[in-house]
Amino acid sequence: MMTVSLIQTALELGLFGALTVLALYLSYTMLNVCDLSTDGCFTMGATVGAVVAISGHPFLSIPAAMAAGMASGFIVALLQTSMGIDSLLSGIIVNTAWYSVNIAVMGNASLLNMNKTDTVFTRLKDALGETVISDSYRLLIALAAVVLVVAFLSFFLKTRLGLAIRATGDNPDMVRSSSINPAFTTIVGLCIANAFTALSGCLMAQSQKSVNIDIGSGMVTIALASLLIGRVIVRKGGITKGAVGAVLGAIIFRLVYTVALRFNMPAYMLKLVSSVIVIIAISGPYFRGRIPLYMKRMGRRKDNA
Amino acid sequence: MLEINNISKTFNPGTVNAKLALEGLSLKVNDGDFITIIGANGAGKSTLFNAIAGSFYVDEGSIALDGEDITYVPEHIRARSIGRLFQDPMRGTAPGMSIEENLTLAAGKGGWLSRIDDELRQQFREVLSKLDMGLEERLRQPMGLLSGGQRQAVTLLMATINPPKLLLLDEHTAALDPAAADKILEITKDTVKKENLTCMMITHNMQSALEIGNRTLMMDGGRIILDVSGEERRAMTVGDLLERFRDISGRALDNDRMILT
Repeated sequence: MMTVSLIQTALELGLFGALTVLALYLSYTMLNVCDLSTDGCFTMGATVGAVVAISGHPFLSIPAAMAAGMASGFIVALLQTSMGIDSLLSGIIVNTAWYSVNIAVMGNASLLNMNKTDTVFTRLKDALGETVISDSYRLLIALAAVVLVVAFLSFFLKTRLGLAIRATGDNPDMVRSSSINPAFTTIVGLCIANAFTALSGCLMAQSQKSVNIDIGSGMVTIALASLLIGRVIVRKGGITKGAVGAVLGAIIFRLVYTVALRFNMPAYMLKLVSSVIVIIAISGPYFRGRIPLYMKRMGRRKDNA
Repeated sequence: MLEINNISKTFNPGTVNAKLALEGLSLKVNDGDFITIIGANGAGKSTLFNAIAGSFYVDEGSIALDGEDITYVPEHIRARSIGRLFQDPMRGTAPGMSIEENLTLAAGKGGWLSRIDDELRQQFREVLSKLDMGLEERLRQPMGLLSGGQRQAVTLLMATINPPKLLLLDEHTAALDPAAADKILEITKDTVKKENLTCMMITHNMQSALEIGNRTLMMDGGRIILDVSGEERRAMTVGDLLERFRDISGRALDNDRMILT
């Protein structure tokens, strides 16, 4: 039997992860950039957020993590727009570099403990006290963050700057002929997306009261899997619907994963499963498009026989 | 208004594929000129437009627009004063975004964080209704749902919504069916006349090259080999044009899309 607490945990993890999925919704779906620095940026959000919180600034830790993510996104964008480095390679390079930087941020450690650290989570827990919802403080913060980010995206992507970012993924030629530099829109888009990725890492780490250097590994594939699941659920509709679909995808991914764990799937299978989902989600439509070709080939073979 | 001074461009320099696409080309375009450009395949017509619009920087020479040297000005900055249409109707618009969103980007009004409001929508409806395609009722539909002719009409609208100093048309009706091509050409002529635009148009239709506009250029081998206007042009027939080409280049004009009548 699935217990309520298991579902709640899946919801929390789904919502924290949804922030990264929303980041990819901006960079992958809108800007058409597959940002492979996501893992490193997620970890950077976690480490920076943890270090700032441990030094006694629970509230400052969140904007600090987001600013670090923004800087990370800026560098990835700069490499691909102004330094002649391929978009995928830019992400991989930055991702690798952040491994060292993240260990340095944690003060030459690969693990930081936040058991006694004052964070937004402990603050809310204390504030709620012994009320009925005292147990759902993590869920409340995750929900608040996701709602804020969805609201921001559905506003922002309809502004002129947001339109320009969407057009950059759709037709960069058209952006240029509208007198807008696609390099600029790419930089802005990746800065915002990575701020959300870092926020995701920061909140995830603070909610589980520890951060280790591997916290972000595989995040890009997990988030991509969630994003593609979301796209299957919400096929049509505007920006807001798409963002809600991304969040739903993240939650469903975690729920399915939780169920699989109950059926004795080992926890280490998470990343294999997410990879398989991404493969199916991307190759599925490709093969579906080729079905007529396969049919024709089969027919040809029969004729020849 | 546009002064091109001795520009050259070689693609793939230093390799076996090196191609001298523009060779010491000079051209002076006057205010209000409507120039038609013809030439064989690979004559450098589109390359000339790419050089003017800034898709690449020329190896030698200079380009000035309204007295301002734009030789090394990036493409997106030049786009403020140069509008451009391509043969492929897909190139000018973002297919996944709605008509009003495409027009908003082209109009470029308001701050970065401004949103589409009713005033802007009303303005778009007005300009779209002039196309007489019923697009004013489809503001929120994705651009990708429109036909090639409709997309090209909206692209023309986008290129001229802020009247550019110079409009470059690169066979912009060639990919359309004859009826749509005629319609787009009519809209083009109307717009150019109404906004008093300076315009350069590449065409493969020799007849319309002589009929439309006030001046005709013929290109070959990255150079302008013929530049006719005024009385000389009025008296010219398609046959004269072909003959002149043979005389100058020493071979027959060869363009697989050329329409002679």
